Amino acid sequence: MNTAGKTLLEPVIDRNPITLQILGVCSALAVTTQMIPSLIMGLALIFVIAASSAAISMIRNHMPGNIRIIIQMTIIASLVILVDQFLKAFAYDISRQLSVFVGLIITNCIVLGRAEAFASSNPVGPSVLDGVGHGIGYALVLLVVAFFRELFGSGKLFGIEILPLASEGGWYLPNGLMLLAPSAFFIIGLMIWAIRTWKPAQVEKPEYQIHVVHRTEAL
Amino acid sequence: MSEQNANRTGLFGRLAALPNDSIAKMLLVTVTLSLVCSVLVSSAAVLLKPMQMRNVELARKARILEVAGLMEPERSVDELFAGVEPRLVELDTGEFSEAFDPATYDQRIAARDPDLSRAIEPWNDIAGIGRKARYAPVYLVESGGEVEKVILPVHGYGLWSTMYGFLALSGDGEEVLGLTFYQHAETPGLGGEIENPRWLERWVGKQVYGPEGEVRLQVVRGSVGPEDEWADWAIDGISGATLTADGVSNMVKYWLGEDGFKPFLVRLREEGA
Amino acid sequence: MEGLIGLFLRAVFIENLALAFFLGMCTFLAVSKRVDTAIGLGLAVVVVQAITVPANSLIYQFILRPGALDWAGLPAVDLSFLGLITYIGVIAAMVQILEMTLDRFFPALYSALGIFLPLITVNCAILGGSLFMVERNYDFAQSVTYGIGSGVGWALAIVALAGIREKLKYSDVPEGLQGLGITFISTGLMAMAFMAFSGIQV
Repeated sequence: MNTAGKTLLEPVIDRNPITLQILGVCSALAVTTQMIPSLIMGLALIFVIAASSAAISMIRNHMPGNIRIIIQMTIIASLVILVDQFLKAFAYDISRQLSVFVGLIITNCIVLGRAEAFASSNPVGPSVLDGVGHGIGYALVLLVVAFFRELFGSGKLFGIEILPLASEGGWYLPNGLMLLAPSAFFIIGLMIWAIRTWKPAQVEKPEYQIHVVHRTEAL
Repeated sequence: MSEQNANRTGLFGRLAALPNDSIAKMLLVTVTLSLVCSVLVSSAAVLLKPMQMRNVELARKARILEVAGLMEPERSVDELFAGVEPRLVELDTGEFSEAFDPATYDQRIAARDPDLSRAIEPWNDIAGIGRKARYAPVYLVESGGEVEKVILPVHGYGLWSTMYGFLALSGDGEEVLGLTFYQHAETPGLGGEIENPRWLERWVGKQVYGPEGEVRLQVVRGSVGPEDEWADWAIDGISGATLTADGVSNMVKYWLGEDGFKPFLVRLREEGA
Repeated sequence: MEGLIGLFLRAVFIENLALAFFLGMCTFLAVSKRVDTAIGLGLAVVVVQAITVPANSLIYQFILRPGALDWAGLPAVDLSFLGLITYIGVIAAMVQILEMTLDRFFPALYSALGIFLPLITVNCAILGGSLFMVERNYDFAQSVTYGIGSGVGWALAIVALAGIREKLKYSDVPEGLQGLGITFISTGLMAMAFMAFSGIQV
């Protein structure tokens, strides 16, 4: 596959920001009770990361070394404010659900991480692809977690009823744990297990190997 | 990189050719970046502000219409809201007041202003809200010269957060016509069920006051059977959400009591609008 | 005063920034391998949080809030949209100052913390604390309490997780779960445990 395709697709599973690089985890957990806010959050992040990677890449040759980080943060923060203002104007209900988490895109490690690691030393085209690829990887994890949490926690997907709830005359007793914070951790943990079983290259080597002693060996 | 910069010509070229770590370049980059970002951000904020305020206002109006049972999906919120009259009430006396425009008065902000509010004594603060504003907006729906429905803003502390909502009562203040919550952070699936329309439906038709004028309206543990003596004033509890439900009961008790809207409701019944 | 103590305890246990709101997760998961580094980072977070939340509260009250510029004769100005960029700027500045202070007066601590100090700037928990403070409209005393409390809560969570991870080294974890996977599951269990605090009325 050509370089552009590779730049775009590699971060989706092989180098997924959340499940491998431990970046951008914070908001991944809190907004995933339903699929619609997760989708909006994912799209917001893809926009911010694409725009900021593009902007930072465009001025990468003129950034003074010691204010590099502040410049990147200013650009990212301004873009996030723009997204926040647009959401409040055009998607008011969703913005209330997302509340502070849109603002937290500023500190989302993926955005700053890619700006620092890639956009500040690569041309605009590849930087945007790299950003979008990471954004897609992030959005994918969010959507998978939200899928399970919304379906088993409230019997709905995208707000549409799939499993009729007992409290509304149906048969499904929703799993309350899915609506609570810890379930997101469990789902991501299990996702990581699944991905690493599929792609053993991602497995972390243990730091400490227990020496197994058989009873027939001399101690 | 410096070679690329050095080869450009013209004013822009010369500026770009400055070494990145020189003071001049740093200032140039900082100022340009700040200017561009400020213009973008400020323009967005200023241009979008009217839309944002409209959204907030529409959301509030829609809530009030819903709780009063006036919502009709085919008609616009503004059109329907024309039948609702916002007024300002001074809580302690129960009198109408013209001190502020009820459409723009913000009770939450007023509650923090020492000139427009007071702290509630701990033994009176059953709703856990700390401070009480002097004035509160109320929404009246009139029909044939009589007040048919009155909608009151209420808030109280649940388990995790302050719950904000509207309570709709009949014109004489005796019967509940509807309840809705528009803001809270209670446990989803448990305390969060206060938003469930099927639970909120149970409030419709309940009586507020007992024979001595005390607030009897409340959420009980377990369910209410039709033969129970208190059935007229009681609403089924929410399993797993006792503390949130207690918070709702306390909120209702406070705001429909002497410290809340009772003086207003009494005056409204006696003197009309 | 009881209100402030209640606020402090809520910030530490019931509304723990790491375990209830999942803020600061990146550093939380990456740094919690050893207890001593976790303690160092936790302390740094407490200090930064205790300074930035009150500082941002003052800026919000006197400059950014709608009507805040009344004292300068501009009551109609609403600068709240500049909030995000101001708070992160304050945080970045405070971390920089803290770094320089530690380097000058406590060099041992400075070298022990190493790279983690600048990483605090992008710790979502720090920005999150300021954003929650604004959303809930805390006054100055409440901001100080909330700043210290939320920092302590985050530090508590990371030290506890580090302790668990150190013990986990001796367990037989399936290959796919080793490292990050089991950490997520342990953190989820810790989050559930912290929910037990929710019924406490202070």
